[in-house]
Amino acid sequence: MEYKDYYQTMGVARDATQEEIKRAYRKLARKYHPDVSKEPDADARFKEVGEANEVLKDPEKRAAYDQLGRQWKNGQDFRPPPDWDTGFEFRGGGYTAGDAGVHSDFFEELFGRDFVRGNGAEGRQAFLMRGEDHHARVLIDLEDSFSGATRSISLRVPELTEDGHVTTRDRTLNVRIPKGIRPRQQIRLAGQGGPGHGGAETGDLYLEVEFRDHPIYRVDGGDIYLDVPVTPWEAALGANIKVPTPSGNIDLKIPANSRQGRKLRLKGRGLAGKQPGDLYVVLQVTLPLAESDAAKALYKQMEEQLGYNPRATMGVS
Amino acid sequence: MDETDPSMPTVELIDEQTTFTLAELCRCCAVEAELIEALVEQGILEPIGRLGRHWCFSSSSLRRTRITLHLQRDLGVNLEGAALALDLLERIEQLDARLRALSR
Repeated sequence: MEYKDYYQTMGVARDATQEEIKRAYRKLARKYHPDVSKEPDADARFKEVGEANEVLKDPEKRAAYDQLGRQWKNGQDFRPPPDWDTGFEFRGGGYTAGDAGVHSDFFEELFGRDFVRGNGAEGRQAFLMRGEDHHARVLIDLEDSFSGATRSISLRVPELTEDGHVTTRDRTLNVRIPKGIRPRQQIRLAGQGGPGHGGAETGDLYLEVEFRDHPIYRVDGGDIYLDVPVTPWEAALGANIKVPTPSGNIDLKIPANSRQGRKLRLKGRGLAGKQPGDLYVVLQVTLPLAESDAAKALYKQMEEQLGYNPRATMGVS
Repeated sequence: MDETDPSMPTVELIDEQTTFTLAELCRCCAVEAELIEALVEQGILEPIGRLGRHWCFSSSSLRRTRITLHLQRDLGVNLEGAALALDLLERIEQLDARLRALSR
């Protein structure tokens, strides 16, 4: 089991006041809140900060934690000394069985089990209640939505054992990704949520889909966008070129006199669905460098013969 | 698909056409109907119609309700604050999408 330095997590000194801890927590909770934050490890950091706050905000738990000593470093291998918590009572810290599984082993060992045991056994079996619906996020690739796929998904689920302990269990589900699913849409897996109480039915599992960034495509709702580099002469004279699409290469006709950034729509070639999305090819005109004498001569010839001034509307040449 | 394989559950896509009744939304987010009524009053949720005597909600309501609950629980944000945060989050998402499109 690894020691957790809760003061380091919260970025406060060991002698910080309860007020300072509260302020530090609020600031970090806003920064790492998974619904708001853009930090890449927001989920994990938010849980760490929540756990640190759970202990430090409660003077009783904080005192018990402090008497473990200052010699420990974050991540160091740790075993609690026997009877370390004699004389402390952890109560009313707002820690509930529902939160179990989000805390570290370190926390569970020190502050978790006893409290949950008293709490959990009581409510168990006493009444009939449908299991909770669970929610999780799943990251997929564009291709998974485009052609449908089965993805194996690992979930850590808290479970209540016979004697009222809370443990976590790793569970792997093979989830069929419906063809045409779009970013932020959800899928429902009936009966895959939390267990019901007193024999009531199991809850459902909801998975919210997010798309991994793709090296060439980007997705907007059901539409797919694709930047395609073209030469100045292809854009100016028109051309037939090959472009990749998620379903394979296709031939695309570029109309003459296409400007930089022109969007060509391929209807119905986006993500599938009741209203299929479109595929947009965005033309990116790229210039060959004037590195050879021949290239320089050609550019010079254009300058002399085309009389083109792109800054005409600015009143300058 | 093999219905009896416990590791391969049946999935159901929730898309724009999927709607939730008031009771389903309550159950799914584990909240009382009063809270959903408060969210409607605040303009956080907009019922898209009625199914008999009851409200009906679009699939995006699920996400909006859950974010509101998280902000309330984790950050102590009140409903007015959550409504503002949701609007701003939506704008940030749109701006991010545009930025991604431009910066390629």
